[in-house]
Amino acid sequence: MPVFISMIKKEALHLMRDSRTMTVVLIMPLVLLLLFGFAISTEVNNVNVVAVVHRHDDASRELIEKLRANPYFTFKGIVPFCEVEPMLRKGEVDAAVILDCDKGATAYQIIVDASNPSIGQTATGYMESVINGGMVSPVSVRTLYNPRLKSAYNFVPGIMGMIFILICAMMTSVSIVSEKETGTMNLLLVSPVRPRTIILGKIVPYFILSCVILALMLAIAYSVLGLPLSSNIVNVVWVSLLYIVLALLLGLFISTIVSTQVTALLVSGVLLMLPVIMLSGMIFPIENMPSLLQYVSCVIPARWYISAMRTLMIQQLPVSYVVTEVSVLSGMALAVLFLAVKKFNIIQ
Amino acid sequence: MDNGFAISVRNLVKGFGGFTAVDNISFDVRRGEIFGFLGANGAGKTTAMRMLCGLSCPTSGSGTVAGYDIARQAEEIKRHIGYMSQKFSLYGDLTVSENLTLFSTVYGMSDKDIRLKSDMIFKTLEMEEMKNCLVKDIPVGWKQKLAFSAATMHAPDVVFLDEPTGGVDPVTRRKFWELIYQASSQGITIFVTTHYLDEAEYCNRISIMVDGRIKALDSPENLKKEYASGTMDEVFRIVAKDAKRGD
Repeated sequence: MPVFISMIKKEALHLMRDSRTMTVVLIMPLVLLLLFGFAISTEVNNVNVVAVVHRHDDASRELIEKLRANPYFTFKGIVPFCEVEPMLRKGEVDAAVILDCDKGATAYQIIVDASNPSIGQTATGYMESVINGGMVSPVSVRTLYNPRLKSAYNFVPGIMGMIFILICAMMTSVSIVSEKETGTMNLLLVSPVRPRTIILGKIVPYFILSCVILALMLAIAYSVLGLPLSSNIVNVVWVSLLYIVLALLLGLFISTIVSTQVTALLVSGVLLMLPVIMLSGMIFPIENMPSLLQYVSCVIPARWYISAMRTLMIQQLPVSYVVTEVSVLSGMALAVLFLAVKKFNIIQ
Repeated sequence: MDNGFAISVRNLVKGFGGFTAVDNISFDVRRGEIFGFLGANGAGKTTAMRMLCGLSCPTSGSGTVAGYDIARQAEEIKRHIGYMSQKFSLYGDLTVSENLTLFSTVYGMSDKDIRLKSDMIFKTLEMEEMKNCLVKDIPVGWKQKLAFSAATMHAPDVVFLDEPTGGVDPVTRRKFWELIYQASSQGITIFVTTHYLDEAEYCNRISIMVDGRIKALDSPENLKKEYASGTMDEVFRIVAKDAKRGD
């Protein structure tokens, strides 16, 4: 036991004396959360819009007032029809609405710059709802779980899935491999310390660090981004811990197959980070991918974690809804543990 | 150690696939002896040493280190040896005293012993002012002395030195050897590999490995006589001239 404690202490000292890494590791999750929470969002704001009105009447005036008042639009005025196209071309406006009143009935046309399809689609949707707002629509829409359609709700689980891979997998693999490189690993291996004590001593400090970061991120998600966490916090925490353990084991596994820090960094960067960003559903919905990529995404731990977090954090559903995700993550953890131990013993 | 040998090896072989790194070597090292283990690069020194340290299992043959069987009692061996490796290897971002504490804890020393022993080391190495410096900030000569002290702190029966003096000047090397003599006079057996042939002269006995086999084994004086050479340098060149491996 004193040996184990001194190994942990040693690793903690390495970590804390490397103040630059420490700062990055603690600041990065917060910056990412705030960045995705506030700055980067899939909501479309400030749609520049002009109106073309052939003949004014009450309906057209009402619509223009609504466009002016709507926070999503910046109303650029009423222009003649011939100016719409040049303005769209120059990018001065994103959309134009054309009103044609004839004998009391108004016909509407929306012309939209769809060079960025998601902006085009969203802007169209907004305008349609503004135009329809005047009438009684037969369809009533309820947006569940995220009534204000805030994109932070979507990003928080994704960022968590990414950060833990980064900290746990990348940092553990690099730290184990660096001991191989400097030769201190040999020194430990010829000593009476058992290999599993060495490995556990390396992993525990990163586990603790990850727990601190988890707490920080949950606190920010709750207080600053306003995610509804309160009822399900226990489940969120233990599923996250499971994911953290899996990421640590992945790091351990990587460290057994590579021999330099640079390769460790590349392997964890390319093989873990990129798929997490591209294929986990963090940014691009898995349902939209070609079916081959959908199968590929199944082997990415972050996919299951993010999906579980969405269910638990945002939908606030009980843990029985994430049984699949949790069992996949546990299965992966066991498999990676088995591989890492096997590989580590061969190195002996 | 019933037979009075600190290390005793019989017909030791280590093969990797079709390649025989260590090819049937046998030798004995007496207790308290300084035993030089020489050989060109690729001669199999490191592989042999790894087997003696309990880091890898021999393909065939047997041996004991500090009285324990190298194939079956690796854990016991690890408890009774010290090891200092080719590259300087203590933790650069830990302080001098943190390093000593870490390694002596690993070898199961009590806190009190660690404190007494560390103080003694600081005094003999005249490092008292440096004990709270990070190891990466102290000069390389000190680092090597410190690494040696860390390897011998738990009073091992045998200490393995894998090219301990690589990259330091002759004066520092001389001082380092004084530490080795001191340890040897306390009954610690020294097993040392080196590239510096002047250092070979400091050993009680040396063996020269060529292509996985031990080609010569005796005291430096006898070897010089046998090969009619004035220096160990010449002896080494004569013995190793047929080497096929290495660079």
